[in-house]
Amino acid sequence: MSVMKELFYPFSEAAVKALRAGDTVRISGLVYTGRDRLHKHLAEGGKCPVQLRDGAIFHCGPVTVRDGDGWRVAAAGPTTSIREEPYMASIIGKYGVRVVIGKGGMGKQTLAACREFGCVYLQAVGGAAALLAKRIRRVDGVDFLDEFGATEALWHLTLDGLETVVGMDAHGNSVYDEVRRDSEQRLRELIG
Amino acid sequence: MTNWVDILTELVHRTTSDLPRDAEQALATAASAEAAGSRSAMLLEALAENTRLARAQGSPLCQDTGTLTFFFDVPQGYDTLALENAAKTAVAAATANGWLRKNTIDSLSGRSIDDNVADGAPVCHFEQSDRDDVEVWLLQKGGGSENMSRQYSLPDSAIGAGRDLDGVRKCLLDAVWRTQGFGCAPGVLGVCIGADRAEGFLQAKKQLLRPLDDVSDNPQLAELERRVLAEANSLGIGPMGMGGKTTLLGVKVTSRTRLPASFFVTVAYLCWACRHRGILVDANGEPQDLN
Repeated sequence: MSVMKELFYPFSEAAVKALRAGDTVRISGLVYTGRDRLHKHLAEGGKCPVQLRDGAIFHCGPVTVRDGDGWRVAAAGPTTSIREEPYMASIIGKYGVRVVIGKGGMGKQTLAACREFGCVYLQAVGGAAALLAKRIRRVDGVDFLDEFGATEALWHLTLDGLETVVGMDAHGNSVYDEVRRDSEQRLRELIG
Repeated sequence: MTNWVDILTELVHRTTSDLPRDAEQALATAASAEAAGSRSAMLLEALAENTRLARAQGSPLCQDTGTLTFFFDVPQGYDTLALENAAKTAVAAATANGWLRKNTIDSLSGRSIDDNVADGAPVCHFEQSDRDDVEVWLLQKGGGSENMSRQYSLPDSAIGAGRDLDGVRKCLLDAVWRTQGFGCAPGVLGVCIGADRAEGFLQAKKQLLRPLDDVSDNPQLAELERRVLAEANSLGIGPMGMGGKTTLLGVKVTSRTRLPASFFVTVAYLCWACRHRGILVDANGEPQDLN
C-alpha cells in the first residue's frame, strides 16, 4: 500500500489532482457538513451561507452536545453519499467544491463533475464515529440549525488528520466502479 | 419494584456504545483474513479501534444511532403501557446525554423531534411468555443499512429465481450485490422466507438479534446460511465496498408459512455495527445480560 498522503485546507486544484483512486489520505482543516436537506436547498437555488470554493463538503450528521457557548462532537461519521447523486455534480460545478467526503461512493454524474472541475471523493470509515470524532479538533460554527435540525445542519468543523481513502479521483477513476464490475461478474457465475 | 426507566436507559447506553463480543470477534477474524497493510485491512482495523474507543468512552459507535426497536417478552397481565412509557423516557434521557443523535424527523413538516420520542418512536413490540421474568432486546439499526433492506416476490425472472430454496439463495446474493458498500459492509443479513409483506420485514429484522455464531436448528436453513455467507464473501465487495474478502459477517434465516399465491423473500440488511443487546429482568428487577 502507498504511503498516507496529506491534504490541507484550502484544497488546491493541484493537490486534489495529485491524488489517485485507492490512495490513502489524511485530511486536515476546515470542512462543512451537509447532507440531504442542504443538497436539496443548494440545488434548488437556496442561499449558501459559507464560501465553498476550494472547500470540502462532508456528508455527515454528527452527534453534537452543547458545551458552554459552543459545541462538542460526541460522534461523527459519513452518511451514504449516493442519496446526493441528483444534486452533487451541479453543486461541485457551481460552488467550486474541491473535496467531497462520504461513504459508499457516488455515480457517473459526480464522477464526471470531479473530472471536469477538479474535485475528489474521499471515503471515510463508515460507522467509525468514535474514532472520527477524535479527528475533529473543534466546531467553528453552524448554519441552518433551526431550519434543518441538528443532524442536517451545516456544521463548520476543523479536522485534524481524518484518515480516508480516495474512492473517486479527478481523472475519472472510481474504486467502487471496479468493485461493482468485478463483483457482478462473480455474481453471474453464482446465480447463472 | 422494577425501575424500568433506569434499566432501559442503561440498555440504550450499552447498545449504542458497546458492540457485542460476537461482532467484535467476527471483525477481528475478517481483519486477519486480509493481507497486512492492505486497504481492506486498514478499514477493518479502524472499525476495531472504533469499537474499543466507543466502549471505553461510553460514546456512540456510529453517529447514526438508528431506529430503536424494543422487543419485550412479558408475563401474563404485565403492564405493557408502562413499559412503553419507560422506553420513551429512557430514549429521551439517552438523547439528552449525547448517547443518541437527534434522529427523528416529522415526515410532513420536516422538523426535527429533538428528544426522539413520538407516537411509535421508539418502536416497541410485545409478546406474552409463560415465564415470570421479562426479556428485553434492543436493536439499533441505522438508516444507511435500513435503506438497503429489500423484499423479493418469487418467481423473479430478472435474477432467474424460482419458488424454491435455490431461488431464495439467488435473492440473497442479488441483495448483497445491490447493496455494495452503501450499507457499511461487512454486514449481516436477517432473512424471512414466506409470510406476508409486513410480517416478513418484522421477522427478518428479528433474525438480526441472533448471535453471529448461531446456526439455524433447521438443517436446510443452516445449509443455506452457510452457503450464502461463503458465496457472498466470494463477491469481493469487501469493507465499505472498496474490495476485500469479507462482505458479510453473518446470514440468519427463518421461515414462516405463506399463501399459495405468495412467496416473499425479505432481507433486512444490518451494517457491521451490530447493535443488538438483550437483558433478562427477574421479578426483583435485577437485570442479567443475555449477549
